[in-house]
Amino acid sequence: MSFVTIFYVILFYLAAIILFVGLGYRIYEYAIIPAPLKIPTPPAPKTIQGVAARLIREVVFFESLFSATKWTWLFGWLFHFALLLAAFRHLRYFTDPVWGWVSWEIVQAAGHYGGYVMVFGLFGLLSRRIFVDRVRYISSPSDYLMLILIIGIAVSGLMMKWFQTDIVAVKQFFLGLMYFKWAELPTDLVLLVHLSLVALLMIIFPYSKLLHAPGLFFSPTRNQTDTSRDQRHISDWAKKIESQK
Amino acid sequence: MAVKEFEKPTLKDYTSIPSVEKDATSHLAPFKSKEEFQSSLGYPGELVDNWQEIALDKMGDLLKKYRSLRVYLDSCMQCGACTDKCHYYLGTKDPNNMPVGRQNLMRGVYRRYFTLPGKYLPKLVGAVDFTKEVLDEWYSYYHQCSQCRRCAVFCPIGIDTAEISMAAREIMDSVGVGQKYCNEIIGKVHKIGNNLGLPEPALANTLEGLEEDVKDEINIDVKFPLDVKDSDVLLITPSADFFAEPHVDGLIGYAKVFHQAGISWTLSSHASEAANFGMFIGSYDNMRKLALRIREAALELNVKRIIFGECGHAWRVAYSFLNTLAGPFDFLDSRYPVPQHICELTYDLMNRNVLKFDKSANDDMTLTYHDSCNVARASNMGDILGGQFSVPRDIIKATVNNFYDMEEESIKEKTYCCGGGGGLLTDDLIELRMKGALPRMEALKRVVDDHGVTHMAAICAICKSQFSKAFQYYGFELDQIISLHQLVGNALIMNKKEL
Repeated sequence: MSFVTIFYVILFYLAAIILFVGLGYRIYEYAIIPAPLKIPTPPAPKTIQGVAARLIREVVFFESLFSATKWTWLFGWLFHFALLLAAFRHLRYFTDPVWGWVSWEIVQAAGHYGGYVMVFGLFGLLSRRIFVDRVRYISSPSDYLMLILIIGIAVSGLMMKWFQTDIVAVKQFFLGLMYFKWAELPTDLVLLVHLSLVALLMIIFPYSKLLHAPGLFFSPTRNQTDTSRDQRHISDWAKKIESQK
Repeated sequence: MAVKEFEKPTLKDYTSIPSVEKDATSHLAPFKSKEEFQSSLGYPGELVDNWQEIALDKMGDLLKKYRSLRVYLDSCMQCGACTDKCHYYLGTKDPNNMPVGRQNLMRGVYRRYFTLPGKYLPKLVGAVDFTKEVLDEWYSYYHQCSQCRRCAVFCPIGIDTAEISMAAREIMDSVGVGQKYCNEIIGKVHKIGNNLGLPEPALANTLEGLEEDVKDEINIDVKFPLDVKDSDVLLITPSADFFAEPHVDGLIGYAKVFHQAGISWTLSSHASEAANFGMFIGSYDNMRKLALRIREAALELNVKRIIFGECGHAWRVAYSFLNTLAGPFDFLDSRYPVPQHICELTYDLMNRNVLKFDKSANDDMTLTYHDSCNVARASNMGDILGGQFSVPRDIIKATVNNFYDMEEESIKEKTYCCGGGGGLLTDDLIELRMKGALPRMEALKRVVDDHGVTHMAAICAICKSQFSKAFQYYGFELDQIISLHQLVGNALIMNKKEL
């Protein structure tokens, strides 16, 4: 195997371990920290089903963001939705045989054009950071770099339309990673840039603001039921205070 | 008290988003608490020598106790959706009063000491050392947050700045930097039972005076009972209701409702305060101790129900936390929710035709209604979705002929704080309070201009006190703010039961 292949094998194993172990550990941490008081914001659902519906609305439509600012909602929602479409398209590189719906023309086309939409949304978000004084004030270097990183991933991905690579070999490489039958990775520059940036994103995920993804599901203002008068909501540490006196 | 002159904001026809003006209110900070008040709450009297170490330990402790704090410090993507949502930002233009700006004061420290990138690449992720300057900034800006949670409604992740500002105040208290106004008041409740430090004889005297006043006015013996055992209802109301205008007219309203419905009720001298400033300083322990007084009073007086008077944050603590902090209340009548709001009582009696109103008694007024932040965003009424908005409005509409809501962006779950909540209702923060009232004043001005609104009703003691000042400051009249139960009291048809 070439040096490049060995490097990327190690890189992706490392990135995958950091992503899955790191994210798993974060989720574990969030899950075990108690939420000692009921703090849901209106309209607060009374039931678990209501909470599920609320979270689905937040995840699918970005409901709260929509009520806050239309521009950020538009750019942010387009970016995330297009990212999902692009991810669907990429499933064909990780599944063998390829799942039926992934190979549908419309899924593949949507994934491709989704790439352009992603770039549009990301530039929209970047321009808000640059031109809206309030958002500029709160932006740290990492906030710009994060957008640039994802723009880099999207643009390098789109560029492979013109700088084509041996996509069958790429698929073999990733299937090889998954089944421990390592295969050579093509060494086209655009591909290597694309993959490096993706690996970098995986590595920083558990240490960055990308934690907003699991964070939403653990956000007490959004995931709690409004039942404080019906039942006590006492945490273990608060119980200890009670038993002391 | 010497308060520096400051530029008076002008009321515009629309609420505009100001440009960032760095350090516009960095000079503002409330008076610090003295040793005697600090120690009575279990905190050091002044800034301790190894404060940084203790503060970081405390922060680590809170990060393990409050999921909200941990998730919210991690999850912000700095999207800016909240930046124009805080009334203090809109009124002061200071970027640290943008909710995310305020959060970042703690987030920077959190990242520096509790996250990997912040430890090794602080500049990259906006992490900062916890210096004395940063602590001073905390003290200033975490006391420019009224914990009203308007930002939390708009945040795509639901990040609640109140959770962060409460934690910050708790951390500061733990190193001896407490706020005078809150901590002095909490000390009084621990010792005497109410925020005013009003002892039992003075309270009894005040209530007797009220009985005489009402008798003189309507020639009916409306009682204001204190410490009467075996009453049906224990009323817990903010102590401002005993003295302040327009609060006291609300108290008279409650008494008339109880009288007319024939419900026996009592106040308690042991728990003569609905307010729970323990919440403002983020102290579970203090909040719980204050809440326990209510449980003790209910047991002692052998009542069947607990009802809260008009007080915003008190209703948050009551509705959302009381059962958790001081429950279970299985010794009370299980047919009623514990606790209830006075508006829930009035609403129910009104719907059952136990109370009848003559709306024309309020015809000299055209009303609007201010949703108090804690009622709107942290509670419910009547177990109806959105009941915290509809129940008070339905009562107003049943008792007055002329009612107009303010614009949608400024009411219900999007309501603006009065500017004095969260433990900031103190004269050493008058500049902040007046500037923070701006968005509400602008929305009010529009219904005054468009519909001839003359009065604004509220159900929060802090809102009422704050608006009394802000109204005068912005050119309205002091008495244009009134208690909701003043409307009820005015319109209630009394003593018709036997007919």
